[in-house]
This record gives sequence, C-alpha cells and structure tokens, in this order.
Amino acid sequence: MKQPISLIVNGERHDTLCTPNLTLLEVLRENLQLTGTKHGCELGECGACAVLLGEEPVLSCLVLAMECDGLPITTVEGMKRGAELHPLQAAFADHGAAQCGYCTPGILVTAKALLDRNPSPTRTEVREALSGNLCRCTGYLQIFEAVEAAAGILREEKQ
Amino acid sequence: MSQRPLHIIGKARRRVDGRAKVSGETRFADDLILPRMLFCRLLRSPLPHARIVSIDVSRAQALPGVHLVLTGADLPTTFGILPVSQDEHALCLDKVRFVGDPVAAVIAQTELLAEEALALINVKYEPLTTIASPEEALAQSEPRIHDYGDSGNIHKSVAMSFGSVEQGFAEADHIFDDTFSYAGNTHLPLETHAAVAALDPDGKLTIWSSTQTPHYVHRSIAKVLALPPSRVRVIATPQGGGFGGKTDPFNHEIVICKAALVTGRPVKICLSREEVFYCHRGRHPVLMRLRCGVKQDGTLTALHLQTLLDGGAYGSYGVASTFYTGALQTVTYHLPSYRFEGCRVFTNKPPCGPKRGHGTVQPRFGQEVQLDKIAVALGLDPAELRLRIVEKPGALTANFLKIRTIGLAECIRSVVRRSGWADKHRKLPYGRGVGIACSSYLSGAGMPIYYNDMAHSGVQLKLDRSGLVTAFCGAAEVGQGSDDVLCASVAEVLGVEIADVKVVTGDTDLSPVDLGSYSSRVTLMMGNAAIQAAERARELVAGPVAAKLGVPVEQLVFSHGRVFPAAAPETGMSFREAVIIAEAVHGTLGTTGSYKPPKPAALFKGGGVGPSPTYSYTAAVIEVEVDPDTGWLHIEKIWIAHDIGRALNPTLTRGQVEGSVYMGLGEALMEEQAFRRLPPKLSGALVHRTPSILEYKSLTSLEMPDIDTELIEDPDPSGPFGGKEVGQGPLLPIMPALANAIFDAVGVRIDEVPITPEKILKGLANLQAGKPARVGPKGFPTVPYPEPLQVPTPWQGGDGRAVNDAVRSKDKRAKNV
Ligand code: FES
Ligand code: FES
Repeated sequence: MKQPISLIVNGERHDTLCTPNLTLLEVLRENLQLTGTKHGCELGECGACAVLLGEEPVLSCLVLAMECDGLPITTVEGMKRGAELHPLQAAFADHGAAQCGYCTPGILVTAKALLDRNPSPTRTEVREALSGNLCRCTGYLQIFEAVEAAAGILREEKQ
Repeated sequence: MSQRPLHIIGKARRRVDGRAKVSGETRFADDLILPRMLFCRLLRSPLPHARIVSIDVSRAQALPGVHLVLTGADLPTTFGILPVSQDEHALCLDKVRFVGDPVAAVIAQTELLAEEALALINVKYEPLTTIASPEEALAQSEPRIHDYGDSGNIHKSVAMSFGSVEQGFAEADHIFDDTFSYAGNTHLPLETHAAVAALDPDGKLTIWSSTQTPHYVHRSIAKVLALPPSRVRVIATPQGGGFGGKTDPFNHEIVICKAALVTGRPVKICLSREEVFYCHRGRHPVLMRLRCGVKQDGTLTALHLQTLLDGGAYGSYGVASTFYTGALQTVTYHLPSYRFEGCRVFTNKPPCGPKRGHGTVQPRFGQEVQLDKIAVALGLDPAELRLRIVEKPGALTANFLKIRTIGLAECIRSVVRRSGWADKHRKLPYGRGVGIACSSYLSGAGMPIYYNDMAHSGVQLKLDRSGLVTAFCGAAEVGQGSDDVLCASVAEVLGVEIADVKVVTGDTDLSPVDLGSYSSRVTLMMGNAAIQAAERARELVAGPVAAKLGVPVEQLVFSHGRVFPAAAPETGMSFREAVIIAEAVHGTLGTTGSYKPPKPAALFKGGGVGPSPTYSYTAAVIEVEVDPDTGWLHIEKIWIAHDIGRALNPTLTRGQVEGSVYMGLGEALMEEQAFRRLPPKLSGALVHRTPSILEYKSLTSLEMPDIDTELIEDPDPSGPFGGKEVGQGPLLPIMPALANAIFDAVGVRIDEVPITPEKILKGLANLQAGKPARVGPKGFPTVPYPEPLQVPTPWQGGDGRAVNDAVRSKDKRAKNV
C-alpha cells in the first residue's frame, strides 16, 4: 500500500506517495527525480548515496523513506547558493577533486557536515570523516586538499 | 601565423565539465528518465558450466506488467570486441560458461516487477565439468568451454623470438630464473554499468550507455540486430569511472536495444554491483617465468619471458592481452635479445580483459622485482643498475617498437633525489625499507581493433558569427578529462577562452569517429586531431582578416579572444569580428582534423600489439614499514616521477598519477578477484568469493598514503603540444616497488600480488626456518607453446618480419592480430 509522506528536501516540501519498502535513495532519485545523489551498491558499502538528514550524513540506500517523513534533507542539489557554487563545490572543481564525479555528491555533503561542525579540521579528521566514501578515481589526496581549501574560504566568510 | 606562448595548455585549471560534476548536474546513464520507460533485468546462470536443456518463460510472460521476455534464441548472432573472438551471445544460446552468464531478460513496467518475473523463469541445465584454473584448462581439453581457439581449452598460444636468446645467455655472466604470479582483480568503477535504449521519433534506435567505446558498441549492436549502422545511434554518457571495465560491448546493451525495438518504448537497465563483478573484464591472473641473462656490470644480454593467463569464460580483449604480456619488456631497458611465449586459457569464470595497464602490469611486476634481485646479487644499487641500462631515445627495440622521447633516467633521478634514497636504501633499521621500480606505457595503440585504413580519431569544428566554436569528437568522457583536452586544445590554437568552445562528444550520430577511451590513446590522438582542425580553422579565418587589415597572414596573432597583427595589436579585432569577416568571405565555416598513428615497424604476426606513437615513462620509490610480528604493512610515502612530455592541465595530470598510484596500491595490497567451490551438496559450483564492495577490499581515505609527484616535461614531437599519456603508466611501478621495499625492510621476497600480511609472515617463517625467504609460485607448468616466430633484430639487419612465417613474408602489410 502506498502511503503519503512529506520530505523537506533542500528546503522545499515534497509530498509523495511511497510503499514502506522504498529507500530514501529511491524516493529522491525516482519519485522526486533528484538524480544528483548517486548509488554504487545500494548496500551501504560505498558512500555514493550519502545525503544529510538534518545535520548528519546518512547513506540514503539504507534509510527507509518513511522514516524521513517531515525531516529536513540536504542533497547535492541543495548546496549551491543560487547560481553560485558552494565554496566546497568550487574547491572540488578547482582542485581536481572530481574526476568522474560519481563519488562527488556523496563526498560533498559529507564534507559539508564535517565543516559545519568543525570549521578547521586536521588532515586526519578529514580522512576520518570521508572514510565511508569510496573514490576509485582520485586517490583521495586532491579531495582532502579541496576540503581544506574550502574550509579556509568558509572561515574567511564567517569573519 | 605568428608564434606566441601557450595561454591555456600547461596551466592548472578547473576542467571544462567541473561545474556540472560538483553540482550533481552531470547526467550519468542511470540518471536518464524517459517517458513510458520500461525496465530490464537479466537472469544469470547459477552454474559455472552447463548445457541449457530448456527455458520456460511462460509464467514470467504471464505476470501482469511484464512486457517482454527474451532468451538466446531471440538474439542468435555472436559478437565480441575483437574480430577474432566473436564468441559472445547477448543471452546464452546453448550453454552457460560462468556463474553470472546471462540466459534470459525480462522487460517490465518497474525494476522490481522485472526482478520478480526472473524468479518465474524455469531453466533446465545439464551440468558440465567445471574448468577452474589454468592448470585444469591445460590438463583437460574436454569439455571445451568454446569450440574455437588454438586447441582444447587453450584460447591463444603465441611465441616469438627476437635475435638469439641462446647467444645472449651464452654471453651472460649470470642467468636469473624467477617465477611470479599475479592475482586477478577488477576495476570497480563506482558507477555500475547502465544504459537506456529508445526509438527516436523517426523510429531509429538510440542507446545511451556508460561505455568507454561507443564506436565498438555501435558496430556490435548493428551486427547482432542486423541494422544498418546509419540507423543506430550510440551516445556514451559521462561515466562514473571505467578503468577498462566498460570497453567491451556488453550483453545488456544489446538486450535493451532489442527490447526497445520490439516494445517501441524506452528500456533502461542498471546493473547491480554484484552483476558488475560478473561483467568483469578485469586484470588477468598471470603466472610468469622470466629468465634473464646479465653481465657483471648489469648489462642485460637476454630475456626469455613465459606467461600463462587465466582468461575466464570469453575472449574479450584476451588475444591482445596475451600479446601485451610480452610487448613492453623492451621499451624501458635495452635488451639485445628477447623471447616471449604467452598462452591464454579459458576457464569457467567471469571473462578477463583490459584493466588499466592492460596485460603489461603483471610482467612488469616480474621484471622489476627480478631486476631488484639482480642488483642484490651483483652488489649494485637498484637505481644505479636501472640508470645503466635505460633504453636510448629514438631506439628501435629488439621487437621493433620505436621509442621517441624517453625521460626514464630523469624519472629515476627525480625519485632517488626526493626520497632521500641514498640515505635510506639498505640503511634503514630492520622493519623499514625503500624499494624502487620503473615502467612504461603506450600513448595509444598503434593499430585499431579491427583492421582498417581510416583515422583513429576525428575532430570537426563549427564556427559562426556568434563567436562560439563547437568541437565534435567521438571520444568518451570516462572521468579522465577528455572533454577538457578537446576544449583546451581548440581554445589554445584559436586563442579563445575555454568558455567560448563547446564540446559535443561520444555521440555516433553527431561526432566523427574516435575509437574510444582505451590504451591511453585519447589525449594523444584526439588532441592531435583537434590541433589539426583548429589550425585549419585559424587559417580559414586568418586569410580574410589579413586581407581586410592589409597585413601578411604570417603576422596575425590569435590570442586572448582577439586577432591582430603582431606589430600593431591595437589595429586588430575580437575573434568574433574576425569570424564574421571570414564567414562573409567563405560562407559557412567548418573544418576537420584527423589522426592516424605512424605505421608500426613491426611486421611479424602479433606485431600489431605494442607499437604506439610514443611511450610514457615512470619511476617510483616506496617507503614501507613492516611489523614483523603481524606482517602488517604501513606505507610511509610514495615518490613518483612521470615522463609526460607536457602536462596539458597539471591539475588533471596530477590526479591521473595519484589515481593510478591509488589503484596500483590497492592491487598490491588487497584487491583480488577470488573464487571458491561451493560444497557438493550446494551444486559444487565455482562462485565469486567477494562480489560486493564490502568484501572486495579497496583503499579508503584512511589507508591512502601521501604521494609526492613530479612531472618530467620534455615535450614529445608526436604528442599534442608535446604531451604523452598519464592515465595508466603510473600504476605499473607501484606493485614491484612495494615488493622491493618489503625486501629492503625485512629481507623477504614476495613474488606474488597481492602482498598480504599472511604472505609476509610466511616469508619471515621461512627465513627463520633457514628456508629461502620467498613466497611465490613453486614453478611454471609445461605449456604447449608453438614454435616461435624468428624475427631478426634491427641490429641483426632485420626488417621487422619473421623469417619462418611463410604467409606473412608474402604479405606486404602488417595486419592486426
Ligand atoms: S549506494 Fe553504496 S552506500 Fe548507498
Ligand atoms: S571521482 Fe570518480 S569515483 Fe571519485
């Protein structure tokens, strides 16, 4: 039986119908056509599907959509500031942190959660925060550099 | 046209598709949603080797919401990437050859429904004996997995001899005889394969697919569906990584095309992660024996290499892979004589194929570890030994490969200097060590996959009064940055901004053919084609502009979006105004550029594999710490130097180097495509041990060590702006450098990949027991290699032909394998 739920995605309320077995990933990508969020396993193993539930990164392939009824969700589509890239997005583009770009949406939101709670993470803290997000292209180092560069810009913005 | 410094090439820059990638707007294949779209799932074989007795699809077909069920009989024509290995069916026709071989397809209203319907299909199998390993394949010629190939379960067996290795061994002071083994591993692109097929409003077929080779997919679909290629459109979507795993035409692509033709509706398929492990086409497991003759001063006199490849269940690129295991031994160090024997067998496992470094990775591991052993035995520093024997620029090797620029010595010096090698090698305390290794890779294959005389890459430009330049090319963007290379090359030559060039790529209807993203060919081949097209466009614009300004054409400069005489910049005009003048004179403006590699010097059979317009070179030093109690490894740091000719966009180039190191390190330490037999009561089938990301271990952000990269830039005349490849070469030295570092740390030789803590402990135990401190294969089986082709070397006056190949010596042209 399909049931109505409301998801607050990137600040917008979406009313949709879903069966209890659907994951948040499926509802985001298929019901709402927010295909920015990716999937590499749908078993909680790769991190490509990460989104923010409130402030926390979650693997949307492991979360049932019903559990998110009424909760605020942030996906990569919600990161831009109008037409401008978020400093994390700009830094990823400038530092070569997105090669194929398939891991990127999940890593961006995970990094955003990190910087929101810790504006000056050490390299080790960056490594730890991203340890659930696999990237097969970059070897991670340019991703670390991009996160650190964005952290610097975000700190400047705050001042 | 007047020369000016480069403005775009060589500068670190955001890639042209960077914004889309970080905003989530890049449309990957599974992101495509079309009205009335149906979904496809494949039923895959649970048995490794069996005859299909019958398939009953009636119950699946009757399920409401199921639109179509297809079986092998619906698609009986064979296909395959190589003309010599057309051995695949879109759905198995009469037998299955590995667990995961697809036998039927359901097309339904939802993916879930399609999955449910699979369970209603009843397939009766008659199991056949499973061939699980190369040893079994050699020992058992029956049952044959395929009814073609050299004999029994041997797919391909080749042998070639360049000069006299017997004489080389006779001149040697020492002969080293080593065996190595290299486990299979897989690409694991983060994006699983996906595709959508649909009929366009004119009724013609279109497929969007995550493929590295739209051109070859185009050919395969046209062949199997018996359609004129002009009525099939293949669009390569940007891919979430490929690494060679998306270079074959695949079953699922053909199946959904058929389904779209039958149902008249768009059909999507997205493979699960488990299915990607079955598609595979990854690194071949290879057993190798290297016999190497050396003089006291380190000079090599002869190399005899034997390889045995576990090919899995289908041909794929396997014939090329087999030749590649023997192709590039000669391009790093001077080898006066060389013999290569290679053999690929069929086994009932997912098919192996090309993975980053295709076929050259495994023997490179053997060669570089053996060199380390040679250095130890001769009392030489392994870096110094390599410097003594580095091949010369411009050389024609024993197997007729033409070297152009070679920056290998600079690479070695760079990593030795930066790593502090002199203070570390054999000087670090017990448990810590450094190792060095080198490598080389192709900048594009010299021969196409199917023999033809046409260009390997084509670029078309359209210019108009808006000032926009549109560049069309069939190249596929895997993530490596090919769109950026195209855009930057055109912008550089025309002196316009990146934003004034639009690229249209990987679309067989719109863009001229490029053979695909494999063999590190795109930057060099597409880049050269793009330069040619842009230079022609520049000429087209320059003529009318020079006439208008009353200056000689040679004095015009195209720079920073302007066209002006070098002597009087202020009298010039914007690029857009220049195009308007040219369009008024010439009418519609367009140019083309093409690239075709130079003819290979190798004319013997099999000589089509190995030639390249030019080769990249790499050297790496790894520092490691080994815990002798646990065998646990900690990588302190990796120093790498890569001879790239010229880095077109250093940000992307560094990313390719680091990504290669990452992938090489994963192979070296943990990645392994392993199989096991189920117990007899559970069918006894041979199944994949770890078909999931969780169990197939790869490096995370926590394990990735620091890398110190230096790019060695000595522009190569054959490359675009002097550039050579970077996407694959830097992977190759990692595995042997690690093995060599472990020896330096604890005195144990691991002659196998992956190098696990268990193996290190075993080596240490051997050492304590007074046995050889080595873990590796015990020997090399007897393989029925054919009589070798005898090819005299260039220094013996050879002309690139074999003296004992009656057919070839009459044939003037060197044909592909
Ligand atoms: S899709 Fe891989 S963790 Fe969710
Ligand atoms: S950029 Fe391709 S997986 Fe991370």
